[in-house]
Amino acid sequence: MTSPDSEIPMVQLLTLDGEFSAAREYAEYAELIRELREADFLKFYRDMARIRRFDNEATALQRQGQMGLWVPAVGQEAAQIGSGYGVGPNDHIFPSYREHGVAITHGVDLMSIVKMYRGANHGGWNPHETRFHLYAIVLGTQALHATGYAMGLNFEGRVGTGDPENDLAVITYFGDGATAEGDISEAFLFAATHNTPQVFFCQNNQWAISSPVGTQTKVPLYKRGEGFGVPGIRVDGNDVLACYAVTKKHMDDARGGKGPTLIEALTYRIGAHTTSDDPSKYRDSAEVEYWKARDPLIRFEKFLRNQGVGQDFFDEVEAAGDQLATEVREATFAMADPELEMMFDHVYSEPHPLIEEQKAWLQGYEESLGGHTPETPGDDSVSYGGTR
Amino acid sequence: MSQIAYFDLPDVGEGLTEAEIVSWKVKPGDTVSVNQIIVEIETAKSLVELPCPFAGTVSQLLANEGDTVNVGSHIIAVEVSQLTAAAASSMHEAVGEAAQAVADVASTASVEEKPQPTLVGYGVAAASASRRKRSGVPAVQAVVVNAAPATDLIAVVPSGDQVLAKPPIRKLAKDLNVDINKVRPTGLSGEVTREDVMAASQVASVFKNQTTPEPKSEREERIPVKGIRKAIASAMVQSAFTAPHVSIFVDVDATRTMEYVKRLKASADFAGVKVTPLLIMAKAMIWAVRRNPAVNSTWTDTEIIIHNYVNFGVAAATPRGLIVPNIKDADKMSMLELAMALEQLAATAREGKTTPADMQNGTITVTNIGVFGVDTGTPILNPGEVGIVALGSIRPKPWVVDNEILIRQVTTIGATFDHRVVDGDVASRFVQDVASVMEEPALLLD
Repeated sequence: MTSPDSEIPMVQLLTLDGEFSAAREYAEYAELIRELREADFLKFYRDMARIRRFDNEATALQRQGQMGLWVPAVGQEAAQIGSGYGVGPNDHIFPSYREHGVAITHGVDLMSIVKMYRGANHGGWNPHETRFHLYAIVLGTQALHATGYAMGLNFEGRVGTGDPENDLAVITYFGDGATAEGDISEAFLFAATHNTPQVFFCQNNQWAISSPVGTQTKVPLYKRGEGFGVPGIRVDGNDVLACYAVTKKHMDDARGGKGPTLIEALTYRIGAHTTSDDPSKYRDSAEVEYWKARDPLIRFEKFLRNQGVGQDFFDEVEAAGDQLATEVREATFAMADPELEMMFDHVYSEPHPLIEEQKAWLQGYEESLGGHTPETPGDDSVSYGGTR
Repeated sequence: MSQIAYFDLPDVGEGLTEAEIVSWKVKPGDTVSVNQIIVEIETAKSLVELPCPFAGTVSQLLANEGDTVNVGSHIIAVEVSQLTAAAASSMHEAVGEAAQAVADVASTASVEEKPQPTLVGYGVAAASASRRKRSGVPAVQAVVVNAAPATDLIAVVPSGDQVLAKPPIRKLAKDLNVDINKVRPTGLSGEVTREDVMAASQVASVFKNQTTPEPKSEREERIPVKGIRKAIASAMVQSAFTAPHVSIFVDVDATRTMEYVKRLKASADFAGVKVTPLLIMAKAMIWAVRRNPAVNSTWTDTEIIIHNYVNFGVAAATPRGLIVPNIKDADKMSMLELAMALEQLAATAREGKTTPADMQNGTITVTNIGVFGVDTGTPILNPGEVGIVALGSIRPKPWVVDNEILIRQVTTIGATFDHRVVDGDVASRFVQDVASVMEEPALLLD
């Protein structure tokens, strides 16, 4: 069974029973939590619940043929929402492909994520507006993009001036599986030698598709950066407050010119790797039960109730979730297919003869097909499912 | 407003083409809600529960447990009382498109012949798959059926399996019912290659019983009639009970055909091409058709259509069942071209990649039952055709030549005709012509 190794120190601010409790060595993190107001706590919970409801609806929509693929993040809400709010509003985020929770902390429209997994575009949000860059499907590449961006911030003098309007930092998200990619090591090396304003946020969800983390590394992942010169820290990834505080501290440090940090958030992927995966083939149900007992939403709900938050709030959140699910469902069904020509539009910024030739060929081919002929019964009926 | 809504089997993986219905969680009359789990399916990758996309009352289950269903086929009909605004608008679009599609089909049908049933084949079912159709081409013909699904869908190999083979080759072996553990590997790294599997499939159990299984404990087994078996049955019944069949037989000394095959195999022109007695048979039939055109025709109740071309059908026993693809315009082909076309047709059929177009518009058929080791039979006509010839096994037998008993390579030619078109005299002349070529292939020089 894969479970957190109790001998390894880990920043935890909430006990499993939802009690706020910080070890002495983590006092600086606990301090950051004391600056938060009740509205912030409610926001954390609301967003975790919201993204889980969204996630479950998206999985159902994939099963109904409305999306080519879905990548569930259930179980990782605390790591994503907590760290997402620890990132400054102007900082840049370079995600992998499972960071739906981080996305909503920076104003990304959930429907644009659906649109991408439906195959209607390649990522429909503008990173210049949201600071949340496009999903990287190729494992690990985003760490290099992030490091390059962070090096650019150094070159432009956007680091360590003490001016909050000027200074910026970068965070990149990846999983335990991606740490086995060369890209991550290369990014560590450049980040360390260039002292970039950067956080590497590794969500160790224990499984790289069907490979357990034990086959990916012999040392705890938070130590992976040390040899390159990137110090690391492990945080309880199912503790939203710890994830928030650790991310905020190291992003603030990075912005202030103190260089890069690796954060390993210990969490668990409750669902499948993607809708094309069947985890029951390779993992033990006892392990899943172990982690379900550590569900980040349950723990934070206990905390809020301990703080005196009433049932009304939780009812309201649940109703809002159902409303969101309905809206997502309707918007997905109503989503128009993209124009075919669109795929050629952003290959080059200027006209290109090869692209023009391919475009013309495709148009001719499509015309020869006489447009789209649906396979439908002739009666007064409607079909869902099939292929998108 | 109450309305029937259909849920089509989705592609729950990436590029899956079919799935098996494992168990239904609802039955007709049940009330279902959005995202309620209604069915469990098994794909090449995993067991998956499907949530219902709409709320309503189950009106009909359109697939049985145990059925393998193509992606895009309706699996359940639900009577929905109210649709959400978004769903309703997409529904109107779908209905509009459906109406247009019906209109298109109607206008196409009016200018085309009544669609011919293919003798059998998964082509019939697959023709409804949601592939787009090229305009100006008869719908069924344009559908490309790729019965061998994409190569990335291989189930996890059981542990302890020591045979080296790439996933697509394992898939091919599975499709062809070949036990990959028993295939002799010839690959550079000791792996089983595509050629190895194809070679093994030629001796696969579909052609000959290789083992005698233990007696079973249950007294009876019930096998649902579905898929290709159902299609075979309905085509056979249609053919047998609409066309009055008449069968005739003739024994023939095929020694010279066997010698001719041997010479062709040895010739440089035919290097690398498979040459078999079936090739000479095909040439013989095409030649005989020219001398007896009536056997290469179609009966339509109001007229007899004589085809002045030969789309030469070959009945092929494949692991998926009997299919009859044909070689278009075989009469225009040289011996070498025909040999290559026959080889290609067999390879395509064996791989399960025969398309409906390949099986449409045949004009006459041969069935090579000799490969099963039997002497002859009374074949049933491929619907739409009036003649079919069976080539029996060719083997050494006593034969009288010039009042002496000699050992010759003897075979029996059996043929069936539609008596509405072909009378005994024409049938006999045709079969005699075919037999004469088998006896003396030099006649083909005519």
